[in-house]
Amino acid sequence: MCLCLPGRILDLGEAPLCLGRVAFGAVVKRVSLALVPGAAVGGYVLVHAGTAIQVLDEALAREVLDLQVEMAADLKRNP
Amino acid sequence: MKFLDEYRDGAAVQPLLEALRRRTTRPWTLMEVCGGQTHSILRFGIDQLLPPSIRLIHGPGCPVCVTPVAFIDKALAIAERPGVIFCSFGDMLRVPGSHSDLFRVKSRGGDVRVVYSALDAVQLALREPEREVVFFAVGFETTAPANALAAREALRLGLANFSMLVSQVRVPPALELLLASGAAQVDAFLAAGHVCAVMGTVEYLPIAARYHVPIVVTGFEPVDLLRGILECVVQLEEGRAEVANAYERLVPSGGNPTARALMAGVFQVVDRTWRGLGLIPRSGMALAEAYAQLDAEQRFGVSDLGGTDSPLCRSGEVLLGILDPQNCPAYGTRCTPEHPLGATMVSAEGACAAHYRYRRPRED
Repeated sequence: MCLCLPGRILDLGEAPLCLGRVAFGAVVKRVSLALVPGAAVGGYVLVHAGTAIQVLDEALAREVLDLQVEMAADLKRNP
Repeated sequence: MKFLDEYRDGAAVQPLLEALRRRTTRPWTLMEVCGGQTHSILRFGIDQLLPPSIRLIHGPGCPVCVTPVAFIDKALAIAERPGVIFCSFGDMLRVPGSHSDLFRVKSRGGDVRVVYSALDAVQLALREPEREVVFFAVGFETTAPANALAAREALRLGLANFSMLVSQVRVPPALELLLASGAAQVDAFLAAGHVCAVMGTVEYLPIAARYHVPIVVTGFEPVDLLRGILECVVQLEEGRAEVANAYERLVPSGGNPTARALMAGVFQVVDRTWRGLGLIPRSGMALAEAYAQLDAEQRFGVSDLGGTDSPLCRSGEVLLGILDPQNCPAYGTRCTPEHPLGATMVSAEGACAAHYRYRRPRED
């Protein structure tokens, strides 16, 4: 039920519902961006039941992945 | 898909598993609260990859599973009315009420429709002014903002033919109940990442402190799940019990303030009965006074309808993490996804259904 997907904002709709287009891979859907006032075109949002509920922090997302790469390198050095 | 596939990468998973093997010295039992995480864990076989002394047990975080029979009966009574278009998320349709389910109502001619969003139901009410459109608003804090948005929009449009049957639930009171009851011996919790994307982490601070239990906000992909599990184990091994966040990219500590403000205006916190668990104080959300005109229970006079679970279904014990689905006498025999006795066998996120689908008994 709490299934959410990250999608990229293609355009912002008009208030109050702010129905903008959001791309999930090749699939584009209309999503309400009314609850993510900080979201911008090109950015990623977390979408649940047709509504964006959070803005994805891309810097933090990369940090975690970089950390995994470091961990893997560490493991190679000290097996 | 970007920001999804990278977190399923086997190469990124290996060092986390190795770190877990190095850090684990004792047996630990962790509960994943969210049904979506239960599904991911069984789907990706995460439980099979862990050191054998780490045990994962499934929690009550499936809104489909905990919606009480009384609410299903109310939904059925409304959906059977001529002139009503009853809108629901798809996974509610096969959940058994006392005597029937929404699929059967539909097959007998009831106008039951699956919608993707509460806003779709509002659009439908606009297009069909002669019909009563009712939306079945179930879900945790993840779903509450979308449902609240639909309620606000219906009021703004002055839609007289739209109403909501609201059975919304909140996670923290259920966690408290689990810990206070002592039913399941849980050493640490993986908190539901998408609930926290809305609510943030603040609500969990007093629970972690009072019960001295680590609570780690965790996502849904293998890398996310293993980072959450590792953080739990590290805290347990060091004797710490803190709220931590292993889903940083989507969970700021304050959650989503815009969504929370909207929810606070549309809903009020109420006591709620959970299927299999009983009444949990302050565990539900109902429409606030200002939105009472949208209340389908009042509009259709179904407030007093009640119902009881199948006596054969032991989903309450499954939801508390006491009973493993495969140890239920009805599992796979009298209770299957095609003919479910209880909701945990219906929803893809129900522990019984997830076990049935991916059936991989743990080899201890």
